[in-house]
Amino acid sequence: MKLLRKLPPEARLLLPAFVVILVVVAVPLLFSLYTSFTSYRLVRPETIWNVVWFKNYIKLFGSSDFWWAFGRTVLFLTVVLNLEMLFGLALALLVNQVTRGQRMLRTIMMFPMMFSPVLVGFQFKFMFNDNIGIVNHILQNWFGVTQAIPWLVESHLAFFSLACAEIWNSTAVFAILLLAGLMAMPQDPLEAARVDGCTPWQAFRHVTLPFLMPFVYIAMTIRSLDVGRAFDIVKIMTNGGPAGRTELIWTLSARAGYEDARMGYANAMSYVAVLLSIAFTVHFFRKLNASRQFLNEVDA
Amino acid sequence: MTQSALTLDRNPALARTLETTPPGGALPELSGLDDEPVKEPWLPAALLMRWGVRVCVFIAMCLIMLPGLWVMLNAFRTNVAILARDSIFAATSYTLDNFRDVFGMGDTAGIPVKAYFVNSLVISVTSTVIAIAIGLAGGYAFARYKFRFKKTLFVGLMLSRAVPGIALSLPVFIIWSWLGLIDTKVGTIIVYVAMNVPFSVWLIDGFFRQIPKELAEAAEIDGCTRWQAFWQVEFPMAKSGIASAAIFAFLTAWNEFALASQLTRSTDTKTLPVGLMDFTAQFTINWAGMCALAVIIIIPALILTFIVQKHLIAGLTFGGVKG
Repeated sequence: MKLLRKLPPEARLLLPAFVVILVVVAVPLLFSLYTSFTSYRLVRPETIWNVVWFKNYIKLFGSSDFWWAFGRTVLFLTVVLNLEMLFGLALALLVNQVTRGQRMLRTIMMFPMMFSPVLVGFQFKFMFNDNIGIVNHILQNWFGVTQAIPWLVESHLAFFSLACAEIWNSTAVFAILLLAGLMAMPQDPLEAARVDGCTPWQAFRHVTLPFLMPFVYIAMTIRSLDVGRAFDIVKIMTNGGPAGRTELIWTLSARAGYEDARMGYANAMSYVAVLLSIAFTVHFFRKLNASRQFLNEVDA
Repeated sequence: MTQSALTLDRNPALARTLETTPPGGALPELSGLDDEPVKEPWLPAALLMRWGVRVCVFIAMCLIMLPGLWVMLNAFRTNVAILARDSIFAATSYTLDNFRDVFGMGDTAGIPVKAYFVNSLVISVTSTVIAIAIGLAGGYAFARYKFRFKKTLFVGLMLSRAVPGIALSLPVFIIWSWLGLIDTKVGTIIVYVAMNVPFSVWLIDGFFRQIPKELAEAAEIDGCTRWQAFWQVEFPMAKSGIASAAIFAFLTAWNEFALASQLTRSTDTKTLPVGLMDFTAQFTINWAGMCALAVIIIIPALILTFIVQKHLIAGLTFGGVKG
């Protein structure tokens, strides 16, 4: 207690935050780093002392299942994040046009954000169900499609369905942040561009867009912070199926850890997943700083 | 203006953005500008544009609403009606049976949804309160004090948020099982607190930075202690920021699945999202029950968000985005 009093006030204020992060994030991560070098299996606790060094990683990197899941994860994130960004931008521009009832539109726009990813997974599983889902229902009744389309069974379609669910769930994050950016935007540069004879496209490209870029990257950073959310959706909708064709790193490692009880191997895999999502976050964070600096230079 | 009129055809949506949006959007004193294009010779184009935007907005809003609404609608239908693919929007017989079942009031001894609801509520509220208290202290420290490694510590804190829940769940599961925290509410609460602290610190730090230091200093000169100055001057001003951080924290905890599905086992601890899985058996899914539970999960989140929607946007813009 005495030691605590000696600390400067800022350290005392920060202490709880760092203790909690240390206990729940840092220590478990270090521990999982250690177990990834062992042949730890939950059912045989003594195996935790059986250090096998890089065997898990070698096995992992030699496994084609893992590389497919890895590639699929990167592809999924890239496609989904970019599409969300585009749709979010379009939506923000649209809503920004509307002068009356904008508050209501904003509220509607945020509707999908309220849905827990696990709910979204279930909901889209229901919608894309080949038998009772609304998608096939509409296609068959209104567009004269005769056969039921197996959305979640055919591998490419399953991937598409997952992307739809994820995009529906999270486009709002982009839209709301970009809308905030549009609303905060100073109008003088736009006026100046117009007076100088810029076409609307030029004004958008060279004035609006650079101003929005920090907002785009903030949204990307926030979203990449919870990329693992896609786990819920995938787990519910396809559980990695059909035949492992929608397996992402997270579902693969959860399966190895909890179903096969191979904790050492699973931890090696989730370590790769952690590094991947940190890489995404750092990438967007650097882009964010770069775009902010660009704006500041223009200002100066 | 004529030049812009020509390019309108090429890029209608953007042209509309740039040409006719009054500066600042909703500012009343500037809204008169909106009438200006009426005098222009390209009136039909502007009209077309306005309606084009309206139609696009309508379609977009439909796409956003319908998936959610469809599930909510199905919560009021029987399983038979769902499986028989009754027409989607036509008024079939609606019933509250699903909800009665889900709460164990019907014939079927259902899934203990009531218990799950209470668990979810206890876990979410407790973890939010603790996370906000910790985040308040941390955010205030980052906003008001200068110390060594400040930037590094801040980035470190944020990076801890980049660890996906499912990757964390394996090691946490092992450690919690040693500590006997598996299948306890406390175990889940601790994890959720840690998940929400970084984002709360980030948001609250942003809000405190908006409040001028001089206000608290003036209060201190007037004889307040630092503590009093904080509670009487700074805290009330940062309230809406703290509220929005709290809502984010609550929603994260309320909706979390990956960690909860591993850390909770029994009726005493399972949360609603985990309970959703109870409706799926190996080959059959109780769609009606799931839809009803979906409504139960979504309603508190919706009500909360609609009430505080304004703060949410303020929270996102001021807390996070401004550098």
